[in-house]
Amino acid sequence: MSQESGHYYVPAPSTYPIIGSTALLFMGSGAALTMNKIELGYGLLGIGFAILIYMMFGWFGTVARESESGKYNAQVDVSFRWGMSWFIFSEVMFFCAFFGALFYMRNLSIPWLAEESTVLGANFWSSYAGAWPTAGPGVHEEFTPMGAWGLPAFNTMLLLTSGVTCTLAHWALKENRRDGLKKWLLATVFLGALFIACQAYEYVHAYNDLNLKLTSGAYGSTFFMLTGFHGFHVTIGTIMLLVIYFRSAAGHFTPEHHFGFEGVAWYWHFVDVVWLGLFIFVYLM
Amino acid sequence: MAAVHGDAHGHGHDDHHPSGIMRWVTTTNHKDIGTMYLWFSFAMFLVGGTLAMGIRAELYQPGIQILEPELFNQFTTLHGLIMVFGAIMPAFVGFANWQVPMMIGAPDMAFARMNNWSFWLLPVAATLLVGSFFVPGGAAAGGWTFYPPLSTQGGLGVDLMIFAVHILGASSIMGSINIITTILNMRAPGMTLMKMPMFVWTWLITAYLLVLVMPVLAGTVTMLLTDRHFGTSFFNAAGGGDPVMFQHIFWFFGHPEVYIMILPSFGIVSEVIPTFSRKPLFGYSSMVYATASIAILSCFVWAHHMFTAGMPTVGQLFFMYATMLIAVPTGVKVFNWTATMWRGSMTFETPMLFSIGFIFLFVIGGFSGVICAIVPIDIQVQDTYYVIAHFHYVLVSGSLFALFAGAYYWIPKWTGRMYNETLGKWHFWLSMFFFNLTFFVQHFLGLAGMPRRIPDYALQFADFNMISSIGAFGFGTTQLLFLYIMISCIRSGEKAPQKPWDGATTLEWTHLPTPAPYHSFEKPPIVN
Repeated sequence: MSQESGHYYVPAPSTYPIIGSTALLFMGSGAALTMNKIELGYGLLGIGFAILIYMMFGWFGTVARESESGKYNAQVDVSFRWGMSWFIFSEVMFFCAFFGALFYMRNLSIPWLAEESTVLGANFWSSYAGAWPTAGPGVHEEFTPMGAWGLPAFNTMLLLTSGVTCTLAHWALKENRRDGLKKWLLATVFLGALFIACQAYEYVHAYNDLNLKLTSGAYGSTFFMLTGFHGFHVTIGTIMLLVIYFRSAAGHFTPEHHFGFEGVAWYWHFVDVVWLGLFIFVYLM
Repeated sequence: MAAVHGDAHGHGHDDHHPSGIMRWVTTTNHKDIGTMYLWFSFAMFLVGGTLAMGIRAELYQPGIQILEPELFNQFTTLHGLIMVFGAIMPAFVGFANWQVPMMIGAPDMAFARMNNWSFWLLPVAATLLVGSFFVPGGAAAGGWTFYPPLSTQGGLGVDLMIFAVHILGASSIMGSINIITTILNMRAPGMTLMKMPMFVWTWLITAYLLVLVMPVLAGTVTMLLTDRHFGTSFFNAAGGGDPVMFQHIFWFFGHPEVYIMILPSFGIVSEVIPTFSRKPLFGYSSMVYATASIAILSCFVWAHHMFTAGMPTVGQLFFMYATMLIAVPTGVKVFNWTATMWRGSMTFETPMLFSIGFIFLFVIGGFSGVICAIVPIDIQVQDTYYVIAHFHYVLVSGSLFALFAGAYYWIPKWTGRMYNETLGKWHFWLSMFFFNLTFFVQHFLGLAGMPRRIPDYALQFADFNMISSIGAFGFGTTQLLFLYIMISCIRSGEKAPQKPWDGATTLEWTHLPTPAPYHSFEKPPIVN
């Protein structure tokens, strides 16, 4: 509720949204064509992606400039806080769909497929044991599941540490220690990048040494989709942190007014928590 | 409460906006964006309606006359997708855009630029969906629920549909976050949550449901996509997956989605009925709690769509009773609307007619819903025309009738002009007659065993199908009358006073001139 002095900032007309829509039109149609092996698709996809990058630079740049020029009063700040919270909630629900698929397969569909009393279990796959990890009764390529205590445990440590460095950067910002802010932000970016590199190495290892692929049935599907979407979010988060680092280096943010920083920090912690869920339910159990 | 519209212009941001087409493309104004949502949804309503006419023309007589089965399947699939995602949902967002800031005394939506993007994503998605008719293999043909394995087969059209759903989901999530933030953060001083108009309450809860379930739909179609093209096994039993799992995840989205399409119409009706009964809404707080209860319960009933898909008896019982429980808060609402009218000084202008029609017909749809919730009956009527009749009673005479009520109710405030009351009443009575002609007989068809989504049928169903088709053609034509009424209202309607409805009490009627100025409430009003 507005008890503020000054008006709520309503931005002037903007072309960025329609540019973004154009990008998604190219990307949507391009991706559909690409997946159906139509050459034209790659071009459309590339153009769409380029337009999207341009749109993001322009749009986020505008928001940063508006923020730095003091257009956002305390009420606008509260709007950003609500907006980011609900966005993160929507992301949580997105991951819930994939965790739900994992639980459903492990606890319901795979035991059913192994049951003697079901039609499939009795007639087609009577020798199927149904023990997790499994590629399912009809996929006959052997694979080795990913262990938890090697690289994944190291990755867990990386992300947990990055949560700490992110908070140290926030404390430095609030006490107006700019060097500390930049130093700890850079450390966070480094840990995020290292995580992504480890994850990439893990995928290469899975494909080359463990014969664990996206096509490895239930285990492969859930393993790669869950860790893949998480890795994608870490990548986005690292880029966001890098942007915040450059903004900090350019003198943006004050101890009182820095939601751009906080929003990214919230996102980073969200990515962190999702990883803990992954580590427990995908790697450990 | 002093009038506050006088000082509105000039502060904070300039009034100069691009003219012509660029005004609409670049706008950050909630009224412009609301207008675009409403026109877009009406255009999609006509596209989806044309598909429905095609379906009914084919079903006019037994045998295959007009649409080959393959094309018929594409028609039923796209009719459902376009009506749900292109017509009904954007229309409600259009109402939210116009009304929520005005009803809570806010200058605009919380994120005005993102608001523009939420809208302009829709034409992109519509292009992908409608365009899919013209690609090799045609549009998706596995039904609007796109169950695998049908949807893991199919060609380019299915992929275009998947990406359209992704984009629609992004649009809905951004729009919902915007609405929630606006309602939570931008209410005028003194407007506590429990003083908000019912329409705003219903949208707050609807937006919450959208943020809850749209990402789940995005996840589902993503799994579908990787199953189709990248060799995953989510919905493939050979790999340990399960096509039934798709149904569970889809309906975890799909059932709240049903309430996403009906809660805002509860809101509209809860504004219209008190106005034309000249009494405050009966049981305001119980209305709020009932809406919240419906939203919560809607997340625990999804498997009633899947009673025949194979489920433990305990599961069937749970979902049956949970579903029937929703009738309780819904009953509270119907009771409250009726009690609002009780001993009111009622008049029957078009918005009121549509609202009363809504209550009457929605209750029929609600009751057939309770009937469908009973497992042994559902096993009989699953995938028959009984189900078609049921959900068209809640979606057409529910959601759509409430949208019409809202359009007639607020068009004076939006345009500054009155619609033609006589023609409006014609629109209502013709819609009422043809709607029932179309869909009431489908109850009988379903009970007699006519399956849905099939272009041909046994001779015994011929009479009722002919009646239904005649009703559908009449209903479709009647909606052109609505278009005519709206255009003639905008162009040459009589000038409307600030408050044409003397029972109206919300801020847009009491505090803003007619038509509502381009920027309203730059300084918030004080609400006592």
